Amino acid sequence: MIYGRGLRGLALVTTATVTVALALVFFYAPLDADQGFIQKIFYIHVPLAIVSLGGFVFGGVLAVGHLRTGDRRWDMRSYVAIHMALIFGIAGLLSGSIWAKASWGHWWVWNEPTLVSFLIVLLLFSTYQPLRFAIEDPERQARYASVFTIVAAAFVPLNFIAVRLAQQYVHPRVLTLSGGNLPGSMALTFYVSLIGIVLLYITLWRYEMAAKSARMHIRRLRRSLLDDEALPAMKRSAAPS
Amino acid sequence: MTGWLAAAPALPLHSAGKYVAGAYIVFVAVVLIYVSIMARRLSATQRELARLQREIEARHSERDEQPEIETAA
Amino acid sequence: MSTVLTVLRKDMLLELRSLETVPAMVLFSIATFVIFHFGLNRATIDGQLAAGVLTVTLLFAALLGVNRLFVAEREQGGFDAFLLAPVDRSALLVAKAAALFAFLAMLEVVAVPAFGVLLLGPSLGPPLLGLIAVLALADLALAVIGTLVSAIAVQSRARDLIGPLIGLPLLIPALIATARAAGPLLAVHGSGSPPGKWVAVLALYDLVFALLAYAVFDFLLED
Repeated sequence: MIYGRGLRGLALVTTATVTVALALVFFYAPLDADQGFIQKIFYIHVPLAIVSLGGFVFGGVLAVGHLRTGDRRWDMRSYVAIHMALIFGIAGLLSGSIWAKASWGHWWVWNEPTLVSFLIVLLLFSTYQPLRFAIEDPERQARYASVFTIVAAAFVPLNFIAVRLAQQYVHPRVLTLSGGNLPGSMALTFYVSLIGIVLLYITLWRYEMAAKSARMHIRRLRRSLLDDEALPAMKRSAAPS
Repeated sequence: MTGWLAAAPALPLHSAGKYVAGAYIVFVAVVLIYVSIMARRLSATQRELARLQREIEARHSERDEQPEIETAA
Repeated sequence: MSTVLTVLRKDMLLELRSLETVPAMVLFSIATFVIFHFGLNRATIDGQLAAGVLTVTLLFAALLGVNRLFVAEREQGGFDAFLLAPVDRSALLVAKAAALFAFLAMLEVVAVPAFGVLLLGPSLGPPLLGLIAVLALADLALAVIGTLVSAIAVQSRARDLIGPLIGLPLLIPALIATARAAGPLLAVHGSGSPPGKWVAVLALYDLVFALLAYAVFDFLLED
């Protein structure tokens, strides 16, 4: 599969959507009655968090594909999906922390269930790379990583249920994800932002896949053209090969 | 553009603006760091490709030289 | 089923003869209670604090057992023998989870009364039945997730590092539910029955991970 195909078009659409989203956030969406300007963080933090969690679950689905087919390319896809989701997750966690500081005066609040669950999920998926790195046989590494990913992806919704239930009091959630109590213009801005971040995730995923598969092609070419047995000794790596 | 700015709510540059800017800067910075890492990997790929090309060319010139030696002998 | 019983019997006999895991877990828990006594600087604790101390201690003690769970198989070629035998591979999961559950139950038979004597303010008598029910559900979560994590970690280098690293975040929801369910039981004028909400969460967690572990375990043995 050529991952680079159509990447330029996708990148252009992504750029346009993110630009429109930013314009909507700062020039169109009204100021929130309670939070004022601070609430603008919502349009970046919540989409980042949603896309990151979606990316983890996406990685789990791809891992199912790997275990069912035994095809290592699925493992590569799953690896890149989780890799990207971790990057988005870190950005989401940092922006959430900034939001907490701005609206409640603390960098970290334990009574914001989304933030707390998010930290736990990130903690879990941060072990993905060390786990891969600790298993030397590449075939076993891929298989075990897929098992881990499936379990961890199933863990994501369960963890959210448990943490949300654990809040003794839930602070007034002006900004629920249902969008039920968001005024129309805010909801529109939010959804455009969400689509922008989703597109960004897809673009970067495809980009990384293209880069990875290009390197694999080069390696394969070297092997078949030069039947090079003296390949530079591959470093033991956490990345699928 | 000026019309847009006039329509926009006055950008509050007190504490609130700082935090909002911070959140968006975090997002842009993370994306940029990622892109720079990818750029480094791209140059590594390029080096690998160049090395492969050099090696293939070296083999070809070896192969071109060899028949001459045989006919001479 | 007979495979499960055979493997379980082997593990139990091994533990009875060597006394390697359970005594270590018991000693570890009692030492942890002493540490909590000094760390918190409290002679007695009750309510949510007591539930937290008990749950965290049992969780960390369980990790000791999790690390040891597949070591004999790996060191003495038990995996290969099991793969060669014409038996259902999931039987190994069920047997190992049952063994871990039994180890945890044995641990609690000693550690919970010790907790009652050393740290707990209110009497252990009235909430005992409720506490046993909550701990049984918690042990099930620890046993299922522990077995899965142990099977993943045992094939890696630095397995005693990877096991807790993966296991702890996976067990956080179970820890939340256990601590919250046990909190009211250990309060000064506590109720005799645990809050239904948390028992339900714990049971749901057990069920989902049991099914999930059953579905993926085969892939950890395939070779």
